[in-house]
Amino acid sequence: MARDTLTGSRIRERRAMAGMRQSELAREVGISASYLNLIEHNRRRIGGKLLVDIAQVLGVEPSILSEGAEAAMIATLREAAAGAGRAQPELDRIDEFAGRFPGWAELAVENHRRIASLERVAATLTDRLTHDPHLATSMHEVLTMVTAIRSTASILAETQEIEPEWEKRFQRNLNEDSRRLAESTQQLVSYLDGAGDVGASLTSPMEEVEAMLATHRYHFPQLEEGDAAIGFDFEGFVAEQPQLTSQGARDLAVTTLRQLGADARAMPREQVATVLRECGMEFTEIMRRFRVPMATVFRRLAILSDTLLPQSLGLVMCDGSGMLMLRKPVEGFPVPRFSAACPKWPLFQALNRPLRPIRQQVTVTGRDARPFECYAVTEAIGVAAFNEDPLYHSYMLVVPLERAAPDAREVGSSCRVCPSMDCEGRREPSILVQGL
Amino acid sequence: MGKRVLLIEDEPNIIEAISFILSRDGWAVATHSNGHDAVDVVEEAKPDLLILDVMLPGKSGFEILRHLRENYGPQDLPVMMLTARGQLKDREMAEKAGVNRFMTKPFSNAEMLEAVRELVAS
Repeated sequence: MARDTLTGSRIRERRAMAGMRQSELAREVGISASYLNLIEHNRRRIGGKLLVDIAQVLGVEPSILSEGAEAAMIATLREAAAGAGRAQPELDRIDEFAGRFPGWAELAVENHRRIASLERVAATLTDRLTHDPHLATSMHEVLTMVTAIRSTASILAETQEIEPEWEKRFQRNLNEDSRRLAESTQQLVSYLDGAGDVGASLTSPMEEVEAMLATHRYHFPQLEEGDAAIGFDFEGFVAEQPQLTSQGARDLAVTTLRQLGADARAMPREQVATVLRECGMEFTEIMRRFRVPMATVFRRLAILSDTLLPQSLGLVMCDGSGMLMLRKPVEGFPVPRFSAACPKWPLFQALNRPLRPIRQQVTVTGRDARPFECYAVTEAIGVAAFNEDPLYHSYMLVVPLERAAPDAREVGSSCRVCPSMDCEGRREPSILVQGL
Repeated sequence: MGKRVLLIEDEPNIIEAISFILSRDGWAVATHSNGHDAVDVVEEAKPDLLILDVMLPGKSGFEILRHLRENYGPQDLPVMMLTARGQLKDREMAEKAGVNRFMTKPFSNAEMLEAVRELVAS
């Protein structure tokens, strides 16, 4: 950070621009010239009335002298000090440090930011290495195919007399297995090709669908036009989406878009806007007006929030096993890609009591701890049948808050990247605390 | 009637290949393809040798073996485990569960036959 971004340096610069002597300005604001000298060399902290008086004499807004990079630097230094571990930096002299040694302060800030960035990369890579089910499953599948092919080929090559029907069956098996092996290895190679890019590689049909939805910002005008979705060519649409590379992803995308289309018909955009103006985020009232289940309200509001509400809302959906099946991210609420999510999420509590919605404020642990209000509900899927236990999907709408309530529950993303060591729900050690 | 081998494996083409090899060698081969009820199947079939895949739908080969050892006693039933996971920790887990032979995929037919003969003979 350049020295002239500090308050004292700015005062000095502005005084020079105004053609005033140091003693002249000091006299105007009622302080000694030597004290002003210390201020201008960033060796004394300045704020309050004195700053306002100096700004007035210099004919500028006080904020021009005090805000900006200096405040950001001091805030970052405080953040670095908070996570300093055994070291005990002198917090009461942080302004003096930034003022007297701006170069060293800038270095500390840069290092702090770099550590945070490296921690994020390490967390992502470790998450992938330790939990990547796609890689483990692909390798297992390849080895299984190779075993079948090797064994079958040996039978055909080495058996002296083999009945024609067995011979035909093994030839068919060989053909089938070699085709499956080719598909598995192709998928594996394309996955490994993308492994160097932490953020961009798509590993499963679900992630391909999420990438497609994110590209469109979860907004599909074709589904918003009255009954247009009824005649919409879903298959044709998904076939043109470059993110959907596998048939599994295209099938999943069709299912997801049909659901969004049905939601749009049940809760037309303009009517939702009217209801939100009239009653705000009162979910029970919104359900009553549209005669839809709460899960539909969650899905629809999450999708429309980017254009209808002042802030974007997140949405997470899981099945009865806790497997995350839909993720619309919201800043500050990280959702794991590979490992299981935090068991303290209201999403999972809702699974224990279907049809009883849960509303809970949470604070996400970690460096950028942020408060959210979570609304979760679990609903049965499919058609009810006698003597058959229903299957459930649980939904959680994630609403960012300005500040957390004192009783907000602390939740994480996943154990591997959660710093909360005394959590009763911990499944495995955190790399953030215990290292790689 | 030859000695009875029970093969628990979920990949149909591997089942066909191993069944063919063992049958040709004079073994009476029974097969099963999931882990859910594998323990019941073993107890009912009373085989002379069990060939058990590790990754099975419903219950892993390790779990099945642990359950069997608790009920059969450690020496009663020779068990060969097949797995694509050849890591040391998997071998250790298999040994801890009471396996007699641990075979990593892909294996050759000759290796498989030799291992089966040795296990039953011993």
